[in-house]
Amino acid sequence: MGEFKVHRVRFFDYMPSGIRAMAFNGATERLAVGRADGTVEIFNLADNFFQEKVIPGQDGRTVESLCWASGRLFSTGLSGELVEYDLENLRSKYTVEVYGGPVWTVSSNRQGTHLAVGCEDGTVKIFELLEDSVQFEKNLDRLKNRILSLSWHPSGAQIAAGTLDMIRVFDVNSGRATQRMVVDRAVGTSKKKEVVVWAVVFLSDNTIISGDSAGKVQVWDGQMGTLIRTHLVTKWDVLALSLSQDESSLLAGTSEGNVVQFKFMPTNMDRPDDKEWVRTMTLKSHTHDVRALVHTDTVAVSGGVDTQLVVRPFMDKVIRGRREYHGKITFPHRSLVSCAKKAGILLFQFPERLELWRLGESKGDGRPGETLTVKRKPEALVHLKRKGDDHICCSALSPCGGWLAYASVSSVRLFQLQHADDSIAITKVKLPKVLRWANQLCFSADSSRLFASFSQSSVLVFDLGSSEAKYVHTLVPKSVSRQAVHLMSASDDGKWLATANSDCEVHVYNLSKLEYHCTVPVYNSCPSAMAIHPTGSNLVMVHADHQIFEYSLEQKEYTEWSRTLQREGLHSSWLNRATPVTHVSFSGRNPDHMILHDVNMFCIIDKSLEQTRIKHSHAFKICELFKNLLCVGLLEDHSLVAVERPLLDITTRLPAPVRQKKFAT
Amino acid sequence: MVPHADPRVVQRGGSKINFREPVITKDSRFLICASGEYIKVFSTSTEECIHHLEGHTDRVTGLVLNPSNHLQVYSCSEDGTVRLWDFTDGILIRVLTTSNRPVVGLKSEPMLVSLTLPPSVNRNMKVSELSVLIGKVSPDPKCIAIGREGDYIASVKDNVLNVYFLKKKESYRFSLNNVGVKKARNVFNCVACHPKEDCIATGHGDGRIRLWRNFNRKKEYIYSTVHWHHSGVFALCFTPEGTNLLSGGLESVLVQWRYDQEGQRDFLPRLGSAITDITVSPDGSLFCTSHTDNKITVIQNGSMVSAIIQGLVHEDSVKTALMVDPRTKALVLNGKPGHLQFYSLQQDKQLYNLDIVQQEFINQSNLDQFEVVKAALDSCGDWLATVEQRNAKELEINLKLWAFNQQAQSFVLNTTIAAPHDDGITEICFSPSGQTTTTLVTVSLDRHFKVWQLTQPDPADDEEPSWSCDFVGAYHSLVPKCCCFSADGSLLAVSFQEVVTVWSPASWDLLTTLSQPPGVIQNLCFGRLKCAKYLLGSNDQNLLCCWNLLTCSLEWSTSLDVSLLLADPLSENVAAFCGTTKSTDLFVFVPSEPRPLFSQRALCSGQVTRAVFSAREDPLDSCQESSRWLNHSQLYFLTHNMDLLTFLTKTEEERLIASSKQQTIDDSVAMTPFYLLLGKHRKQQQEDQDILSSQSGERTLLPQGSVAIKELLHTPAHVLPAVSMLCSMFVSSLLLSASHSREEMQPPEEEMESEKEEDDSEEEEEKKETEAGHFISSSASRAGGPVLTKTQQTELRRVKKLDYNWICEIKDSTP
Repeated sequence: MGEFKVHRVRFFDYMPSGIRAMAFNGATERLAVGRADGTVEIFNLADNFFQEKVIPGQDGRTVESLCWASGRLFSTGLSGELVEYDLENLRSKYTVEVYGGPVWTVSSNRQGTHLAVGCEDGTVKIFELLEDSVQFEKNLDRLKNRILSLSWHPSGAQIAAGTLDMIRVFDVNSGRATQRMVVDRAVGTSKKKEVVVWAVVFLSDNTIISGDSAGKVQVWDGQMGTLIRTHLVTKWDVLALSLSQDESSLLAGTSEGNVVQFKFMPTNMDRPDDKEWVRTMTLKSHTHDVRALVHTDTVAVSGGVDTQLVVRPFMDKVIRGRREYHGKITFPHRSLVSCAKKAGILLFQFPERLELWRLGESKGDGRPGETLTVKRKPEALVHLKRKGDDHICCSALSPCGGWLAYASVSSVRLFQLQHADDSIAITKVKLPKVLRWANQLCFSADSSRLFASFSQSSVLVFDLGSSEAKYVHTLVPKSVSRQAVHLMSASDDGKWLATANSDCEVHVYNLSKLEYHCTVPVYNSCPSAMAIHPTGSNLVMVHADHQIFEYSLEQKEYTEWSRTLQREGLHSSWLNRATPVTHVSFSGRNPDHMILHDVNMFCIIDKSLEQTRIKHSHAFKICELFKNLLCVGLLEDHSLVAVERPLLDITTRLPAPVRQKKFAT
Repeated sequence: MVPHADPRVVQRGGSKINFREPVITKDSRFLICASGEYIKVFSTSTEECIHHLEGHTDRVTGLVLNPSNHLQVYSCSEDGTVRLWDFTDGILIRVLTTSNRPVVGLKSEPMLVSLTLPPSVNRNMKVSELSVLIGKVSPDPKCIAIGREGDYIASVKDNVLNVYFLKKKESYRFSLNNVGVKKARNVFNCVACHPKEDCIATGHGDGRIRLWRNFNRKKEYIYSTVHWHHSGVFALCFTPEGTNLLSGGLESVLVQWRYDQEGQRDFLPRLGSAITDITVSPDGSLFCTSHTDNKITVIQNGSMVSAIIQGLVHEDSVKTALMVDPRTKALVLNGKPGHLQFYSLQQDKQLYNLDIVQQEFINQSNLDQFEVVKAALDSCGDWLATVEQRNAKELEINLKLWAFNQQAQSFVLNTTIAAPHDDGITEICFSPSGQTTTTLVTVSLDRHFKVWQLTQPDPADDEEPSWSCDFVGAYHSLVPKCCCFSADGSLLAVSFQEVVTVWSPASWDLLTTLSQPPGVIQNLCFGRLKCAKYLLGSNDQNLLCCWNLLTCSLEWSTSLDVSLLLADPLSENVAAFCGTTKSTDLFVFVPSEPRPLFSQRALCSGQVTRAVFSAREDPLDSCQESSRWLNHSQLYFLTHNMDLLTFLTKTEEERLIASSKQQTIDDSVAMTPFYLLLGKHRKQQQEDQDILSSQSGERTLLPQGSVAIKELLHTPAHVLPAVSMLCSMFVSSLLLSASHSREEMQPPEEEMESEKEEDDSEEEEEKKETEAGHFISSSASRAGGPVLTKTQQTELRRVKKLDYNWICEIKDSTP
């Protein structure tokens, strides 16, 4: 299938941030994941857990708790603010000061009319949801200690709050505490050490289930305030609880990284109404604390300090024939690496800085499979620290390596790079005021233009001069979607520009005429990668469900190859891959070769091979030599750049896990 | 006695008691366990064997209490029968014969369910009704359990759990991953069902215990896993209320899991050896654990070992020879790892264990530990020599000599010789007593044999005598294999491959060499008594040779594939076990005579490598030719699957039957509080009767009356009806019987009796029996003259009142 000289890059020091909170919106099947650095990611569970949106974080803002309320997403953190997110423009909409110190938890009632927040000073504050803001309504009875967990009764009339050493139940209307349930302190440790109720769940039959730092999951009668059952789950903390929609199953996450499932079931077949919470299976999917859990109808999603999002299906809920997503999500579903094809320069994007590296050079050519000796070591050219508090949300490097741009939610910056022998000079280039922020940035193939996607899927075009960038035009799609663009691709011949947004729409613009060209028929899965063929004016799109389409821009229809592919169907082993394809590129040597890659493999598809053989994945040459791939790029000299980030490097940088006694050690 | 009755090969003593899980009776007083062809009833408090239920003709494979009568027990056997026993009296009540298939397991519920090896059958009391419930079940009864109220049967095999619902006649199948590494780890070892809730516990090969619930659905079944054992779980049992789950395995720790609180568990460690079965008494107060070393431990209140019933320890292989301790007449062989056990075959119980290695045994596979490989006792039982070795990187050998201590009545370590030889010791023997000094000969693979002697220390030193090497012998640097002293200790024969060398122990000179090449000598033994001049040897070319030591020439030789040659110390007889790995034949012969005394083909399957003659306490006087050789001593031998077998002659059998009858009569009255109470009455009763009979010669006992009392007393007091109701019933029961006897005895008095109030006289007799002295005078007078005076009648009335009181007393004293 062709031989490549491969630059195996392992110096991208990418470190994902630990997961702190999760919230699941059952109506839209969207999962919001909050990380320790304040980033909020939104996954579409209906679409193979595709990471649809990323809302970048901000210095000084943490996400301690997330909650959906009638389609709106709220978060609270230790800064003491309640934040609502703008899911269309991927930024925070507004923040409300809670005036209660750090806010540990936020929870909405099932009706979606009120929010309750639990604060450091021991107050539970009720906010009312207005049309486009929230308004403080009242304080409930103040407790002595911080409120760490909250749960509304499904009727919305009562709230259970977990604090130190106890659980309180409040009547929402009167604001009075009605029940006080004291949680036992841990046996064996110091009696003075308070027990922290990390999670509470209020069931519709007035049962309260709590998880605490003594490792217990306790079932309480919320009406009488009495303890019904205690399950000792771990020696450490139970940090998270999650209840299924039908209240028959419960997940508990522990500090050891285990997820324990409980089921509400009859103990005796002759008395089916006499039910009890029974511990069933234990999932060992994490190495560190499980901080957040979501129990959907078919899968258990867990996340924690070890930064991975683990999805495990429930075997008893799996319907034969229907595939359930199963796997770990470690890396973002979009590229953090830009590769300058002509110059051999890589740009790595971190939340707070950019790094520019020049690839090394090797001595001569070797036989296939041989490791070449490095003649010139890869070299860090520039460390560029961002300005302001907002994290970098996107960056781009021009193919010639002469231009660099990055954007956050508050600013867009453009730099010109001048290479001289061994040194490099960087100069800031002023951008017109029109561009206050951008979702995606992209340079044209000849590095003469910069494209920046703006609100409502519009694209701004700038001409790059020697010292300044000139605003040229705004490309506006003919659609009603207000969603942000997450993919942008310009053709090599400079004629076409394609954008994709999270409503699954792909718009194509004609750059020579600077006008809207067409919209590709909308497919129900989000495009995860796309590229325009350098010669044929064909747009290749790979979707989150691994379907591949080729669309002829000239004819405005799917190509024959694409139609055959759809007719024949793809091989199930291809469709069952866990991670989405994140990049598509084309071989310069053979126009029929497409190079695709995801986290675990890269693959070359030969379009010239017989169509019938595609079904048996013969046209798909899959290489699994490289693991944890963040980027596979093809340089001008036909050498391949594979950017790897070994998982071991990530785990060694994590804090030490809780000490566990291992047998026979 | 039937003529020409050959002695029978039987298993007597030392049989396995841990083959199947024992049964604890409802009152927790008895423990019933299968032991070979017999069923043994042990007392849980005294560890004594109370009954020996004999009747099955093959191995007993299952026991279960009769659910409708808890004083009866069902047993099943490989002979295809199911038998019902009364275990308190040791009586066989009923025999049910099934088809030819061996019944392997037995579990009971309202109906009787028996499971046979290829299919499983469900059987009502009729033998013809067999139906297959679950095909292909595991032959181990631990793999089958009956669920709550007999609704379902859970059976496990390999990686599959099968649940069969008896009412719905549906079965569900749950399998665990059996691919790759998980295959061995996920294998099911045992199963138990919760008595109150729908929960099945299964024990697995990797030490996990899974608790299955919701198994009446195909898909929504759930299980939770608990894990403490580091290797396979072999036994699981729920307590009767279902509050605790007990588990055991190789760790010899009984683990009590709190049901629903699986994180909390209690341990009872150091139970000696791996646990194979756990049984709980119906009231939950007693636990019984069976162990791999043929031991049953009785545990009280879940925390305290109250009794240990120890059988003969059957290890995988016996390394030492079988020996008989001359003092205790006990069999001496390998016991627990690193121990020698002294097992009394007469009493069928272990006397004591002698710790030879004196090191902690670590229960871990692939760990080389010291084991006792050779042992020898001298002929008076004063000295014991043991060899222990360990095959770590280098061979480590210790020779230990133990002196019998009269005060401690046990062996005490006298001398330890580290590395007595450079290579493994193949044979060890003491010189016979009668010599001035006791010598020990060790023969080793390092081409030497060594002679060890007890040396008296200087009188000045305050030391005990100790053993040291006296002589090192070798012959043409050949490897010696066997050694043997002649009966009088004047000669020592050591075999060096094909050559037998004869040495004089007095001077350690090589006297002569004998050889019959080709063929390496495998066994060597001197003749006894009249045949002391003969030396017998067998070689690996299937040749048995007999040399005459007076002429130093070969007397005779015959082609015989001898695996073991053994001389009876009390007669001239020599026993030769011949045969290959398939089956063994036995020949008993006298070296001077050409014809064997006794021969039995196909004695048992497999090779016999260990046997011993043990002297009888009281010699038999059988004149039967085939059993005469067993008159003075008894022959015990170990088969390759570690069963201890022996020969039983007809005379002995009859003696046994007689003694067992004697025993049952003695045991008919158990020593219970009731007995103390009733026994007094009975004694009085008997005395009274004696007096009565002496006074009125024709009067006899009223047997029915005593039965009535017995019934009254045996019924628990709280279920008895009111005394006033009881009295008339009681009295009428007496009336019937007494009138019968009366009829026979004194027909003319009948009219007179009928004239009176019906039961007066009868009651009276009863009263007489209970109350002492002056009643007798009244009845005696009555017996003398049947016509009652007025005063006598009033006295009778008074007696009636007394009678009630007496019953009340009894009633109060019964609980």
